[in-house]
Amino acid sequence: MSKMRSPKIDPSEITPKEIYQARRLFMRMAAGVTLAALAPSVPRAGEALPGVRKSRYVLPDALTPYADATRYNNFYEFGTDKESPARLAGRLKTRPWTIAVEGEVHKPKVFDIDELLKLAPLEERIYRMRCVEAWSMVVPWAGFSLAELLKRVEPTGNAKFVEFTTLHDPEQMPGQNSSLLEWPYREGLRLDEAMHPLTLLAFGLYGEVLPNQNGAPLRLVVPWKYGFKSAKSIVRIRLLEHQPVSTWMRAGPNEYGFYANVNPLVDHPRWSQAKERRLGEFFKQPTLMFNGYAEDVAQLYAGMDLQKLF
Amino acid sequence: MQTPSEQTTRWLNYGILLAGLMPFLQLAQGGFAHELGANPVETIAHTTGLWALRLLLATLAITPLRAIRGWHWLARMRRGIALLGFFYATLHVLNYLVFDHFFDWREIVQDVLRRPHIAAGLTSFLIMVPLAATSSKSVAKRLGSRSWQRLHRGAYAAAIAGVFHYFWLVKQDTSSPALYAAILALLLCLRLDAASRTRPGDRNHSGHQPSSSHPSGIAKPRPTQ
Ligand code: HEM
Repeated sequence: MSKMRSPKIDPSEITPKEIYQARRLFMRMAAGVTLAALAPSVPRAGEALPGVRKSRYVLPDALTPYADATRYNNFYEFGTDKESPARLAGRLKTRPWTIAVEGEVHKPKVFDIDELLKLAPLEERIYRMRCVEAWSMVVPWAGFSLAELLKRVEPTGNAKFVEFTTLHDPEQMPGQNSSLLEWPYREGLRLDEAMHPLTLLAFGLYGEVLPNQNGAPLRLVVPWKYGFKSAKSIVRIRLLEHQPVSTWMRAGPNEYGFYANVNPLVDHPRWSQAKERRLGEFFKQPTLMFNGYAEDVAQLYAGMDLQKLF
Repeated sequence: MQTPSEQTTRWLNYGILLAGLMPFLQLAQGGFAHELGANPVETIAHTTGLWALRLLLATLAITPLRAIRGWHWLARMRRGIALLGFFYATLHVLNYLVFDHFFDWREIVQDVLRRPHIAAGLTSFLIMVPLAATSSKSVAKRLGSRSWQRLHRGAYAAAIAGVFHYFWLVKQDTSSPALYAAILALLLCLRLDAASRTRPGDRNHSGHQPSSSHPSGIAKPRPTQ
């Protein structure tokens, strides 16, 4: 009979299961953190955007389902139909990404996107979005007022307008291979419109990082104007003395004006703007003056002929 | 190609009917399952509008195919294809009346008066109505071959109006309407060419001979060329 005995182990030497599991977890996390520190983490669409606070910008309207808001997009850089952006926008690389803020400013600066994200606290704002094609949605955006950024670059006394330019890179944006529109996409606002607290620089929606097809990594949201005014995937913001010519004004001057305020009384030459269809719904509903934001913005246009300056 | 038998022709027609109803069945299924996308009414408008136009152009392609390839038996498919096209046009118009305007006639009249593309669509549809109404063999017989044919030349007008409708309604990207316009232009050229070659007294010509084929397409089988 073998007298082989296993060495006696004192019960106190045995690592309790919880502890060694915790150790393993720690090691794994440490490895993860090291990797993340080595390769700068790229926030991906669908990841939660941390630190987003609730705000007073809420609506009684039902939110548009996430799937509709992220799969039915007008983003001609990825094709002219509504489904192409969600299909093709994966090619867009949102890091590294810089935004040049320049022109009529005292302190021009090129911001890194991650630096810009920390410029001001991110707020969740639920806005109506009304497309010029008479459909609309209700989306909880995450971002801060564009004014926060503009204040920091200190516009000069000459600055009267702001121009926004989208990335131009046909490799990443295959729709730019067509000459349907003049690339890069440009949009513009009057300085007082750009400084209005409602004008949002958005980095996310539904508490998540902006999906590429919705204009990642940052876009404008001007809720009282037709959707095309809200430039996406912005690389340059330029302050100007004179009114810039936007891409859609160039494409169809009698159809798309510089102001493009939502206005049920001024029809598009080819269709009525009196009503709109919420995504997912069958019947239309009346369109509201300034998309329901008249109380906040109507005074910006006091005395202007909105039929002429559409 | 050999002329198919009476039996085969009947089966071909059933096949065309079934295939032609597929887009409709898909729409209906998608509608009930809430799978028509974020903007179901637009999906319906696009699907029905495109199939109305495609089937209308397919109808118009039959005469040239008979003339060029000698596929005279195709004439027997024509009525089914045309009526399918009219079916989609009707769904398309109903979609507009119900979901875009909910029978608000004042609004609809204004829409027609103000917007050329709506007026063109309506023109196209209104031309199709009498053609569909006179498509049966018995009505065709009562009308007589000549006047039936004159009336049904309206199909070209309906297609022209339909293409203008499409061209004028798209926002910026005219590539798709341009494709349909090109197909229609080709069909019109072939039609005019055939008409110019078929002169009175030129009975032996192998081209298109309006008076010798029965309106609803029950043409006597002719030798293939
Ligand atoms: C009273 C008659 C008609 C009216 C009011 C009408 C109305 C419309 C409207 C409002 C649209 C735009 C849908 C959207 O983009 O949301 C449309 C699209 C279209 N319609 Fe019509 N339509 C009519 C007749 C026709 C007819 C007879 C045809 C075919 C011969 C036709 C073919 C089309 C096509 C091809 C489209 C475009 C589909 C697409 O963009 O993919 N329509 N129609």
